[in-house]
Amino acid sequence: MRESKRLNVSRIGAVLLMLALVLFAAGCKKPVPVPARTLPPVSQDGNRTSTPNSGEKPVINVFTAEPSAIEKGQPSTLSWSISNATDMSIDHGVGAVQSRSQRQVFPSATTTYTLTANGPGGSETGTVTVEVSTAPAAPPTATIGARLSSAEMLQQQAQDAYFDYNHNDIRPDARDALTHDAQLLKQIFAQEPNFTVVIEGHCDERGSAEYNLALGDKRSTSAKDFLVQLGVPATRIKTISYGKERPQCTDATEGCWQKNRRAHISAGQ
Amino acid sequence: MKRNIILITAILGICALGISLSHAQQPQISSTINKRGEKPAIAIPDFRGAGDSQRFMNTLNGTLFSELQNSGQLTMVPKTNYPLQVPQQPSDFRPPANGRSQGPWLTDWSGPPPNANYLAFGYAATQNNQLVLYGWLYDVRQANTSAAQLIGKIYVGSMDEEGAKKVAREFAADILKYFGAESLIGTRIYFVSNRTGNKEIWSMDYDGTNQKQFTSYRTITSFPSISPDGTKIAFTTYPIGRGAGGRAVTEGQPQIFVHSLETNRKLVYYNQQASMNAASDFMPDSRHLLIYSTAGGTGFSQIFLTDIDGGGLRAITHSRSLEVEAKVNPKTGNDIVFVSGRGGTPQIYRMNIDGTDVARLSTGEGDAVNPAWSPDGQHIAFAWTRGYEPGNFNIFLMDVASREVVQLTHGAGRNEHPCWAPDGIHIVYSSTRGRNTQIYSTLANGAAPVQQLTTQGNNDNPVWSRATH
Repeated sequence: MRESKRLNVSRIGAVLLMLALVLFAAGCKKPVPVPARTLPPVSQDGNRTSTPNSGEKPVINVFTAEPSAIEKGQPSTLSWSISNATDMSIDHGVGAVQSRSQRQVFPSATTTYTLTANGPGGSETGTVTVEVSTAPAAPPTATIGARLSSAEMLQQQAQDAYFDYNHNDIRPDARDALTHDAQLLKQIFAQEPNFTVVIEGHCDERGSAEYNLALGDKRSTSAKDFLVQLGVPATRIKTISYGKERPQCTDATEGCWQKNRRAHISAGQ
Repeated sequence: MKRNIILITAILGICALGISLSHAQQPQISSTINKRGEKPAIAIPDFRGAGDSQRFMNTLNGTLFSELQNSGQLTMVPKTNYPLQVPQQPSDFRPPANGRSQGPWLTDWSGPPPNANYLAFGYAATQNNQLVLYGWLYDVRQANTSAAQLIGKIYVGSMDEEGAKKVAREFAADILKYFGAESLIGTRIYFVSNRTGNKEIWSMDYDGTNQKQFTSYRTITSFPSISPDGTKIAFTTYPIGRGAGGRAVTEGQPQIFVHSLETNRKLVYYNQQASMNAASDFMPDSRHLLIYSTAGGTGFSQIFLTDIDGGGLRAITHSRSLEVEAKVNPKTGNDIVFVSGRGGTPQIYRMNIDGTDVARLSTGEGDAVNPAWSPDGQHIAFAWTRGYEPGNFNIFLMDVASREVVQLTHGAGRNEHPCWAPDGIHIVYSSTRGRNTQIYSTLANGAAPVQQLTTQGNNDNPVWSRATH
């Protein structure tokens, strides 16, 4: 009984489908005027925000951490995709997020991130855990024959500060990276009084070359201002914007673009 | 199955939307950009050559035809409609007697099937080891040959391919001048190329020939701007300096350089003490420069006006947002279009030279960048991601008074840095539609085929100038 009913439904469906296809095909021959359609609004970040269907509960399509296990100090990338939500946030300092994006995090211990999505139809949460193992402790400098040079320390230990598209504000993960860098720079400057550094500001390939030159400049000076607030002497830091001229990676993916939207500290001359 | 229906509906919807948009928008703006109305129909039968010049006639005929066709100002009568008897010189014309043809005549061309308004004809010969082109332009609607003649001129070139191109271009320029179209012959396009491994400034003829390297700084050099008088170029580069003890070569912060186009020497330009200085545009007097720089101390790139040597710094914007790419209206010298991040994403704004009367020109959708004025100061071309993902720019044209917009490229690669030719009809821009970034030229009204001008390495940021160097 149930079986035949389902069959009938699918038959009706098939007929309707045929009818629809015929109608569409007929409609295609004549250029039927279509009312001008406005594009959905574009968010500040440049991503098109999906308009929430009122009444439908938010859906978290994807929420992952890649890699899900890291050594302390290494990055893991959170990726998410959410539908039917008007405001979305992630805890542990990540803050408000767009409906589809990625973010690098540097948790110092195993952390479970909770994504909360609220919409007109209710709210939804999802979690993902990043396992953090402690890296083999670096041998105390006294025990190795040759001490690391300041330039080597900087190259090996400085962390890049990452930015959102079209943005120059310091994100929570960039705050963590720069706080780490401030300690490192104080240590290096104490060790070598004449040492100077350059903060390079970089952008991803998508913006215009001119705007990216100015944006990279602002990213580098924002990072410098943050370090100076933490007590790093301003006279030892120079900034330079490379715009999109010196990308770290050249794939057309968000993962790669994020790597390029950064402030990077290198040794001065 | 349901998914298929949705997919088909979506495709049909997009298709119909595209049709309705192109129908609704294209005619209005192209009528404002191409005011000339009906284009005259011209016939150009192949010229014959005598003696040594015969070897170069393919080049001569090909150059003459493409120069006139690519001007976008003329309707080319199809060669298959030409009459069989082709005149080589005025004395070949014979009026019909008693209704019977006695030889080539004007009505052979003005009547059907050619229905031409004009006829360009002539021949080439060898004189004193030089290539000589005899060229005439006739209005074939006139009653007799003396009333018909508009141009009758001799052009002399060397006896080689270059000479054949030269005489053909000069004849084409005279024909275009007669029709009120400015010839682009002799104009140069400056651009940025990385074909040596570093971004340097290069230049080429308006049609992509004769490409020459201009700078050799072996760092990152970009954003060229040419003074309206054709004597100077400003650009932005990362000057290379020796590190402490001469041990390492380092790149300094981006700075503005000004060079003479006549001598290629670097001229004096004092850069501001700032993390960033970038060249933007010359003022119409060629004595002042619009720049963007972090000199203001706000920490944000702002727009300034300086003297030609970098002195006399005057701030035009005072904002806490990124301000770049200021371009001055070449007719008024007062209206500035520029790109500002004050609304969160880069958009195109206008203001007066003193920074007053700021208004947004683009709608706020996507990223809108790279504004460039048309020579008549009524339109801008710019790059916009409207309707596409971030980074996927297309070239748009805007009538500044009405803010009416028309889309010139449609999603084939990233299309950026549009610049108008001095004739106000041609537009050059860069595009990633091929394997690399290359420079293309087209007509603002979209009425001629797109031409690719560069092939080696990546090439972008074209600026079209009257400078002939």
